[in-house]
Amino acid sequence: MTVNDALFQYTLRLGDTNLILGQRLSEWTGHGPFLEEDLALTNITLDITGTAKSLLEYAALVEGKSRTADDLAYLRNDRHYFNAQITELPNGDYARTIVRQAIIDCFDFYFYTELAKSKDETLAGIAQKSIKEVTYHLRHTASWVERFGDGTEESHNKAQTALNELWQYTGELFEMNEIDEILIKEGIAVDLNLVKAKWEQYMTDLLQKSTLVKPENVFMQTGSRKGIHTEYLAFILAEMQALPRMYPDAKW
Amino acid sequence: MSDNQGPVWEIFLQKKAGQPFVHCGSLHAYDKEMALQNARDLYTRRGEGISIWAVPSNAIIASSPEDIGPFFEPSNDKVYRHPTFYQIPDAIGHM
Amino acid sequence: MEINKFEEVFEGKLAKNEMVEPKDWMPENYRKHLIRQISQHAHSEIVGMLPEGNWITRAPSLRAKVVLLAKVQDEGGHGLYLYTAAETLGISRDELLTNLHTGKAKYSSIFNYPTLTWADIGAVGWLVDGAAIMNQVMLQRASYGPYARAMVRICKEESFHQRQGFEIMTHLAFGTADQKAMAQDALNRWWYPTMMMFGPPDADSPNSENAVKWRIKRETNDQLRQKFVNQTVPQVEYLGLTVPDVNLKWNEAKKGYDFSEPNWVEFKNVISGNGPCNKERLAARNKAHDEGAWVREAAQVFAKKRSEVYAAA
Repeated sequence: MTVNDALFQYTLRLGDTNLILGQRLSEWTGHGPFLEEDLALTNITLDITGTAKSLLEYAALVEGKSRTADDLAYLRNDRHYFNAQITELPNGDYARTIVRQAIIDCFDFYFYTELAKSKDETLAGIAQKSIKEVTYHLRHTASWVERFGDGTEESHNKAQTALNELWQYTGELFEMNEIDEILIKEGIAVDLNLVKAKWEQYMTDLLQKSTLVKPENVFMQTGSRKGIHTEYLAFILAEMQALPRMYPDAKW
Repeated sequence: MSDNQGPVWEIFLQKKAGQPFVHCGSLHAYDKEMALQNARDLYTRRGEGISIWAVPSNAIIASSPEDIGPFFEPSNDKVYRHPTFYQIPDAIGHM
Repeated sequence: MEINKFEEVFEGKLAKNEMVEPKDWMPENYRKHLIRQISQHAHSEIVGMLPEGNWITRAPSLRAKVVLLAKVQDEGGHGLYLYTAAETLGISRDELLTNLHTGKAKYSSIFNYPTLTWADIGAVGWLVDGAAIMNQVMLQRASYGPYARAMVRICKEESFHQRQGFEIMTHLAFGTADQKAMAQDALNRWWYPTMMMFGPPDADSPNSENAVKWRIKRETNDQLRQKFVNQTVPQVEYLGLTVPDVNLKWNEAKKGYDFSEPNWVEFKNVISGNGPCNKERLAARNKAHDEGAWVREAAQVFAKKRSEVYAAA
């Protein structure tokens, strides 16, 4: 694998993760638990979808085969998507959406902090913009984790259930393969082991503050690095890609 | 506890450093941190501000329309509070 | 002060084009009318999120997706500004929402029509927002301060909405034959419902007279409708589409178009719950509200716990 191939795949992985997460979150717009929070979550959705767009535009450029970001988003099938599986899971109730979001926001915060130092200037630039956004996302979702954890018995149970069910998808976030190896050597990619320690620490503190129990000894799901997904992704893509697939000659 | 939308907060925004905080609207939030975050998410979506005050609506003491006479008219005839009331010799220039 | 004296001050303000503020005395009918008008407007924004939100996950490009997200979010923000304006008249958000959820309060009939294709998202932005903006521009000078101020903010933010819709229509109308057909179909279905947005003809409009007198409406339904047609027909022509009205004709004498009235029987039915999507829209609002109940309760309880902690510290 050439460095350029690795960079393309790596950027796709990051772009896809943001795209699919944004797609899921956007299902909440207009249906939030109250109006102020509906708008707040949509701001997060907008940031994340914007990041996806920047990353896929860059991936298209790196690939150099005159595909566009939209081609990458709308004309690839699920086996060629590399988003982390946790992003494609259904939103569930609001506790589940918030817990997932906190897990990812925390990961993103430390991840993009590292990526901002990348020797690849474009990735570093996208990361620098993203850090500011993600810092706020994490503040928002962490405060909700705390409210749910230390709110009512019902909210506590819902948050704990979400945590127990989602934890098996967190291992994937830190998996590294040949792509990472090649790019770490070039000073382009992030060593996810560095991120993992910080993420663990933050989550431990947050969950403790929220009176929630961190799941231990969980068997981790895996697959997305190889384009293997849950059953949900193909449905997400069927919906998202419907128009461009139905009207292949059309421009929108 | 009965369901409700939470207390109303009044939001004040500062547009640029050094400028006064100006009332921009209201919103609902259940606690202080949420009030601040909701204000950010609602009232600064287009870069309208750099700093926020969130004040519980019920903490605001407002004058009444009937106060308009006794409160504000007495100051209308205190011309000596304005710089134009005073004559400065031309030789002094700007003061 | 005697009640007459209060009334004199109030009328004086209206006569001098001054604003009425929340603490000012106002006639009970004025207050009631305002609460009804502002809350209907707020509900329309919130319910209006649904037909457009329907296409967020299917927006055909990444650009279209973020634009639509931002737009639907803006509608939510506008609903929020208007709810808080209504609250200054002494009604709570909870009451306002209960009125919506139980079907007691009305909202714009237009949002009871379905968005069947992507072109409908274009048509809604172009026609529906175009029609709404006409009303809103006028309401920036409404006599009630909080309402007028909310409208100023809304108008500023709305300015991109109509352009967004027209841009979608442009891509479709100048795109493939399939896309153009999609655009014409959307125009066919949205033209008359949009005309209905201005309300019944002046002769049958029970609330108009007071509203104009109180400056919470400054042009009549028919005047606004005429203005809308005059403004929109050239845009339709630019797109190479056809207005679905055989009677549409320029009238040199009135310097405006003659056009067919929408079907007012349909209008009355849609308003009173028999539109194609009334039940779905209300069900969606109720579902979001009901499923959010435990979230709001958790936030309430948490805030109470923390304020006790603060007090003890």
